Amino acid sequence: MARVLLDPTSERRPAERALTARPASLAGLTVGLLDISKNRGDVVVAELEALLAADGVRTLRYRKPTFARPAPVDLRHEIATRCEVVIEALAD
Amino acid sequence: MPDGLVAVVKRDCPTCSLVEPVLQQLAGAGALTVVSQDDPSFPAGLPVTDDRELEVSWRLGIETVPTLLRMADGAETGRIEGWLRGQWESFTGVTGLGEGLPEHRPGCGSRSVEWGVEEELARRYGGRVLRARRVELADLEDDVEAVYDRGWSDGLPCVPPTEERVLRMLAGTRRAPDEVVAVVPPDLVECTVEKVAVNAVLAGCLPEHLPVVLAAVEAACRDEFALHGVLATTWSAGPVLVVDGPVTARLRMNSGVNALGQGNRANATIGRALQLVVRNVGGGRPGEVDRATLGNPGKLGWCFAEADDDLRPFPPLAESRGVPGSALTVFAGAGLTPFLDQASRTPESLARTLALVLRTVGHPKAALGMDALVVLGPEHGRVFREAGWDRERLLAELDPLLELQPDEFRRGALGIAEGMPDALADRPLPKFRPGGLLFAYAGGPAGMFSAVIGGWVSGPAGSVPVTVPIEEA
Repeated sequence: MARVLLDPTSERRPAERALTARPASLAGLTVGLLDISKNRGDVVVAELEALLAADGVRTLRYRKPTFARPAPVDLRHEIATRCEVVIEALAD
Repeated sequence: MPDGLVAVVKRDCPTCSLVEPVLQQLAGAGALTVVSQDDPSFPAGLPVTDDRELEVSWRLGIETVPTLLRMADGAETGRIEGWLRGQWESFTGVTGLGEGLPEHRPGCGSRSVEWGVEEELARRYGGRVLRARRVELADLEDDVEAVYDRGWSDGLPCVPPTEERVLRMLAGTRRAPDEVVAVVPPDLVECTVEKVAVNAVLAGCLPEHLPVVLAAVEAACRDEFALHGVLATTWSAGPVLVVDGPVTARLRMNSGVNALGQGNRANATIGRALQLVVRNVGGGRPGEVDRATLGNPGKLGWCFAEADDDLRPFPPLAESRGVPGSALTVFAGAGLTPFLDQASRTPESLARTLALVLRTVGHPKAALGMDALVVLGPEHGRVFREAGWDRERLLAELDPLLELQPDEFRRGALGIAEGMPDALADRPLPKFRPGGLLFAYAGGPAGMFSAVIGGWVSGPAGSVPVTVPIEEA
């Protein structure tokens, strides 16, 4: 008889989602700038904000309450509904 | 089984052979069905139901032979085990049974509950209790290597989780196999008792360890423990389990010599089982969601018991957190910093040593960042106990010793760029948040040593220790 083991895993492959195609240009798009509350993440975001503003790109800033946890679902929803592009400052 | 009396026997049992004439008497007195587990020609001269496959015995839940049951309308209405003349007579309503036989003989174990057999019978006749995906091994696969090949191991060899082993493991709890224990990060998967049992088998647990593993999974997956963050962090942290109460003696857990080290099956496998659940069910693997720069050896599994001797300086950690009895506390610990103080004989002096070590958690200039778990060794515990310092007194005495001054923690102070932000540098800061300093008591009797287990980001923004009760046997 074949030897059988029981699967200790969740039995689901990790959800693989294709990345949204990269836009050729940021013209007319809104870029979300997400600071995850890590040290100096705000510095990175501020620099990017200035660079993008100089190019005339509209930006919105967001901040996770703590880097220790996943972003709250409301924050994710707001970014998804208001932005077409997101840049996340991981800072480490 | 037909209505009337049913006797389950095996020839290999001396008591069954002893009562052979009694069965003859009963067969003459009314309806009797004899079920023989090992020899259909036993007892001689009686029609026998051949149960060498043990299905009847398993379905009747026989644990001892001989067992005498009464069936009415297809259902059991009573049973007796072994041989006790008076009991058999009142149960059957037949007097004068077994003249010349001893009054009493205990029975033998039923073949259906022999080691390994019961689980095989449950698998064969019990229907599909287990829901986990069945993974067939190729003929030439080594079963231990197969576990590695499928990515289920933490790096050490695992016990292959066969159906029989998982069924045996599930006997360690009264909880149903399909009951959801917790939702496990990072993939946020609902984890059943069965999945915990499969991973407990992998880890090398015994069935009686399962309730502690279940409590550990439940505690670590509480939102306030922030397991996703503990796993994902670049810091060295991982779950540290402190077990208290009667369960520690029952499982012969180590709280003494080398309590935080190797050599005890329960300590080693319970902590490992939790981490295997995180890996296999939650999907949290090093190099993927686990981004630890260094990690620590305790991430293979870190579990120990608190010593419950008469010499402990304070009540158990779990009890101090509101959960008396058998209970478990999970702490996000980053590694062990042992320290010595072989000269302090007063609690004031020893508390100062302790405070100096505690100040180094994370960074000596860091305040309010991380919790800490102190494991007091017995010889240090003695100093506090003999002076009458309880947990609250020790915490109160440590408060001023753990107050960091702006000149100590300001960025640039002491010639070190690291430090607290300027916005906080106008006042003294406590090293730990209220409730962020925990004390456990464990270790061998000799050595004026203790240890600090530094934490991770603490409080509501990070991880808060969690204490839960453990199901009693």
